[in-house]
Amino acid sequence: MNNTIIPLSPLDLAIAAGLIVLLALLTWRLRLGMSQQLLIAGARTVVQLVLLGLVLKYLFATSHPALIGLITIVMLAVAGREVMARQQRPFKGLWGYGLGTTSMFISSFAITLFALSIIVVPEPWYQPQYAIPLLGMMLGNTMTGVALTLDHLTQNAWQQRAIIEQRLMLGEDWHSAIKDIRRQSLRTGLIPIVNAMAAAGIISIPGMMTGQILAGNSPMGAAKYQILIMFMITAGTGFAAVMSSWLGARRLFDERQRLRLERLKPLNGAG
Amino acid sequence: MSKLTLENLKVMHLGPIDLVARAAEVICLSGRSGAGKSLLLRSIADIIPHTGQVLLDDRSSLEHTAPHWRKQVALLPAESQWWQDSVGTHYGKIDKTMFGHLDLSEESLQWQVSRCSTGEKQRLAILRVLANKPKCLLLDEPTGSLDPENTKRVERLIKEIADLEKIPVLWVSHSEEQIERVADRHVIVRDGGVFEQ
Repeated sequence: MNNTIIPLSPLDLAIAAGLIVLLALLTWRLRLGMSQQLLIAGARTVVQLVLLGLVLKYLFATSHPALIGLITIVMLAVAGREVMARQQRPFKGLWGYGLGTTSMFISSFAITLFALSIIVVPEPWYQPQYAIPLLGMMLGNTMTGVALTLDHLTQNAWQQRAIIEQRLMLGEDWHSAIKDIRRQSLRTGLIPIVNAMAAAGIISIPGMMTGQILAGNSPMGAAKYQILIMFMITAGTGFAAVMSSWLGARRLFDERQRLRLERLKPLNGAG
Repeated sequence: MSKLTLENLKVMHLGPIDLVARAAEVICLSGRSGAGKSLLLRSIADIIPHTGQVLLDDRSSLEHTAPHWRKQVALLPAESQWWQDSVGTHYGKIDKTMFGHLDLSEESLQWQVSRCSTGEKQRLAILRVLANKPKCLLLDEPTGSLDPENTKRVERLIKEIADLEKIPVLWVSHSEEQIERVADRHVIVRDGGVFEQ
């Protein structure tokens, strides 16, 4: 890492922004109705990333454990909200938020801690240059997996109510009555990350590896980090998806193993 | 030999209901749609939340695990559900001689569910529920989709099992003739209660 990255000036970024303005002009001329959205999204990218840069700059400078802890909790809270927002029929009440968030918390934090304390071992272990990006990547991917899993689970339980109840009537326990749906929901949650592992390096050069190569790391060094990240993300997503599908399935039944779909919010979001 | 007792059973707009179905007794339930016949059967099978007690031989449903209770107090819903491709995978142990009683054969187990008619599915569903050897039967319009001949077959089979195994049967039916043929007692579900005829 002896050669440093070429710095970008505000002018460089302004030129890149010109491309987006050009695209917006084009879509406006063609009346595609996308120009406004494009410009707003572009502006958000600038504001959000500059803010992130400022926060991380401050964080790296102080390296205070409490501050790092606070940031990770904010990250988790936002990811939890996102998981709930992506479901068509989330659970009512605290469960709606708590179920996905708990699964993500246990899985992402455990695996990030594991990687920091046993594999990467920075000094100190919570050094934010490592902890924050690792956790961010874990949460970002786990979030998608958990959201897909829970959405598929609740949606299909709703649609296949008659079948689940028929299986209960024949004397199956709750576990067995919903196992096909649970298995499908797990598959749905895990397919994107399994595909990403299979396609890595051939169809796409993963963002993190790109970043490290640009920053002057050797391609082999970048590849090794990318492999580590891929495994962490897959394990984290997998454990979180298994946990959330189990908790979700359990919550669909009461203590007498009756299917209680009224614990889900109706589709229009009311109630 | 078993007896089903409902004590103070309440579910939604229905109840409180008290009813005793003795061994080998067939009780027909009728009443307008929406009166709560299915609701009553579903709460007895403990598929939906309810208050009050349901007892089988003086033991409350709460003394059994829910799956065990539902195997003993077996509910046949008006529309049967199938979740695998082939018929046979839906059955546990089954007495192969049963098929003949409903004009089916052992080969039915090899059928694809998607190719069965509504009537065939209904008869297969009846055999499926009987395979659990229930101690009480809750039948929700069991012959609703059957032709007259198969209707008679089902009636004969259920009566025979009720007599032989000495189990009580609650039978929802809309047909006066059927009630005439099978019922030992007839109750009407109306205004949230049950009324003996």
